[in-house]
Amino acid sequence: MQWKAKVEVTLKKAVLDPQGAAVEKSLQALGYDGVSQVRVGKYIELNLEADDRKEAAARVEDMSRRLLSNPVIEDYSYVLQEAGL
Amino acid sequence: MKFGVIVFPGSNCDLDSYHLVRDVLKKEVEYIHYTEKRVGRRDVIILPGGFTYGDYLRSGAIARFSPVMNAVAEFADKGGLVLGICNGFQVLTEAGLLPGALCRNHHLQFRCEQVFVRVDNNSLPFTLSASLGKVLEMPVAHGDGSYYAPPELLEELKANDQIVFRYTDQNGDVTPQANPNGSLENIAGVCNRAGNVVGLMPHPERAGEKVLGSRHGLIIFKSIISYLTGREVVRNV
Repeated sequence: MQWKAKVEVTLKKAVLDPQGAAVEKSLQALGYDGVSQVRVGKYIELNLEADDRKEAAARVEDMSRRLLSNPVIEDYSYVLQEAGL
Repeated sequence: MKFGVIVFPGSNCDLDSYHLVRDVLKKEVEYIHYTEKRVGRRDVIILPGGFTYGDYLRSGAIARFSPVMNAVAEFADKGGLVLGICNGFQVLTEAGLLPGALCRNHHLQFRCEQVFVRVDNNSLPFTLSASLGKVLEMPVAHGDGSYYAPPELLEELKANDQIVFRYTDQNGDVTPQANPNGSLENIAGVCNRAGNVVGLMPHPERAGEKVLGSRHGLIIFKSIISYLTGREVVRNV
């Protein structure tokens, strides 16, 4: 069965995000008042083969921990859906 | 005494490291391709600078799963000397062979300039020829060099004397101005708990000849050579 995983990788709160800070400054310069806490992360989308949702989730967890994120500085989250939906 | 220089796709300081060891230090050196499953008989493995796999995802994130990295881990585990320079440092942190992580420079700029670093641990095979507090001038060239370690890890690094190099001014004072990338506590290089794996962002291999503006990088290689001289334990992994 084909699944689609949408993985988001974000810097941990304690880690400085200079890209987020630069984007925030730029948004403020464009006149968007009241914008704060801008954080820039990564979005990774992939299809995978798995018998059921549980197996698909376990594989996405594993790849997120080993490669897609660096647990020292980043957190990850994901959504899983049946591919083609 | 045998040096090995790993060549990943996108390494570019492999040539500099090879040149320094062969032509300046007059020691035996060979390239080791990233697809190799063994590192062979070596005393020192250098992970060079560059932009492995285009720095996609994170610097070093993909290179650390190269076939050769299992052999490097095994070599390190047996006490072999491993030196990670710039991107090589990033690969070693990604691989978990060194603590912490290298993040985007805090000013978002790529920095290519001469810096000063201070030797804060001179009891390692990589630094034993330097006096404690010795200030070395070397170039940096990176966009992702901001060293980060969570608070509890930082305490551990201090307790175990794992902070090897700090960015300082030329007098050896740790100042914000001397920090080229926003590294935590001006950390420029660290070692593993056992002290046989060291990584640093500056390039000692590009500071080994007068024509390059500084010869201070030699002290790291000369330390390695004096450490190994007389105790040539050739490891075979």
